Amino acid sequence: MIKDITLGQYLPGNSVIHRLDPRTKLLMTVSFMAVLFVLNSILSLLISMVTVIICYSIANISYKYAFKGIKPVLYIIIFTVILNVFFTSGEPLLVWKFITISKEGVNSAILVSLRVLTLITSASIMTYTTTPIMLTDAIEKLFKPLKKIKVPVHEMAMMMTIALRFIPTLIDETDKIMKAQAARGADIGTGNLLQRAKSFIPILDPLFISSFKRADDLAIAMESRCYRGGEGRTSMRVLKFSTKDLLAFSVFILFTVILFVLQFFV
Amino acid sequence: MNNIITLSNVSYSYNKGTPLEKKALNQISLSIGKGEFVAIIGHTGSGKSTLIQHMNGLLKPDVGSIIIDGQDTKTKGLKELRKKVGIVFQYPEHQLFEESVYKDIEFGLLKHHIPEEERKRRIKETASILELSDDLLEKSPYELSGGQKRRAAIAGILVLQPEILVLDEPVAGLDPAGCKELFNIVLQLHRVKKITVILVSHSMEIVADYAKRIIVMENGQITMDGFVDEIFSREDELRAINLSVPQITKLMQLLNQKDNTINSKIFTVDKAYEEICKKVKKNHD
Repeated sequence: MIKDITLGQYLPGNSVIHRLDPRTKLLMTVSFMAVLFVLNSILSLLISMVTVIICYSIANISYKYAFKGIKPVLYIIIFTVILNVFFTSGEPLLVWKFITISKEGVNSAILVSLRVLTLITSASIMTYTTTPIMLTDAIEKLFKPLKKIKVPVHEMAMMMTIALRFIPTLIDETDKIMKAQAARGADIGTGNLLQRAKSFIPILDPLFISSFKRADDLAIAMESRCYRGGEGRTSMRVLKFSTKDLLAFSVFILFTVILFVLQFFV
Repeated sequence: MNNIITLSNVSYSYNKGTPLEKKALNQISLSIGKGEFVAIIGHTGSGKSTLIQHMNGLLKPDVGSIIIDGQDTKTKGLKELRKKVGIVFQYPEHQLFEESVYKDIEFGLLKHHIPEEERKRRIKETASILELSDDLLEKSPYELSGGQKRRAAIAGILVLQPEILVLDEPVAGLDPAGCKELFNIVLQLHRVKKITVILVSHSMEIVADYAKRIIVMENGQITMDGFVDEIFSREDELRAINLSVPQITKLMQLLNQKDNTINSKIFTVDKAYEEICKKVKKNHD
């Protein structure tokens, strides 16, 4: 039922991308996203898209699986394409009765859909190849300088780790309770809007209770292991940049330069 | 005997079409007769829970078919089916949500549109079977003790008067007294109302005490299926898949090594008591 969400789920593997330092992946993903917003030519965006696809095969993720993940987003893309095609004014390309399709409209539709697709696929390649724990480690390390100005970086990273850690647990729990209630005859998510909203109470209510209980248990477990925040805490996984990371960064910078060159000079 | 549950060639996988795909059931064929008391054993991850979720259409087989009391679980009318098949999941108290125990027990009845008079009557009857007193019914489920919560949750299922009762580890986390009490209730229902009971359990003692037939699962397949004495005589095979025989059987085997006139094929404490008494008496004479 609820377990069909695949976007952003970690897939174990041992490819080069899997083995990169999570900080490298995070930094590259964030800067790549920024680059995508600046890019304005179809050619550059197309090349970006193709590169992302190549990255998928390097990371050994099946296209079928990746496509399944972006399926829900496709509706949004189709919607924006329609909006762009029909409601952008400019040089008319096709006129039929009251519908006018402009050259600019088609152009921006292609741009937007390519951009959104590349954004999502590139961001999900990071989550497909990095465990959530590694990712929060990376965030903690990257934001460490902010500690100087009294930002509770460790605590925030810890909260994120805990939240991420409990997503699968919560999904399992939801699934179990849904099944238990369905077995008693509850029909979840059917009927009119009010009935549908009401039908979730038998699921949300026990879920809330058990979440609070679980949080309490976790707090006790942490206390009894003398958890005292980030001060002087060492990490089990020590993040280390290697030549791979340096190489990846160089390739990335070169790639970005090429994209901009293509955009401005071709 | 009429078969009330028939599974033919059922296979099921989780996370289909992804790299995380896991085959949970692999070509299972099984039939269970009306009024049987069957235990399903197997270690964690052997597919027991997946199997029982197929019995009321919560999961539908990828391949094969399941006929419950003449109805295929792939067809419409699952709600009727779910009234017929009551499943008590592991830790059923997690499904309690209403403001009072009474209302929580009523939930299923309301969903099946049972008229009010009938609802009252049935709740009263079920509450008395499960020894839930009237003032307990008015309390919030969260104020109850562990054992009471468990009974309240089970009442919410029994009140639908299922013809097939599926219990998944029903006594996990209960004290010995609560455990015995619960099984006596189940046994009573089985004997008096002739309901079919399917019990999933890790405790060989419970299985030996209550079930007549045992189904052994391993890696999503049924590896053994037979009467209790038959299955527990195949100790080596059970041990190979990390299962065992009841403690009392082990004791009887040890006694048998000292004195081979003692029957070692004994699986319940009562039978062991009889056997030992017989032996002691003989020695006296």
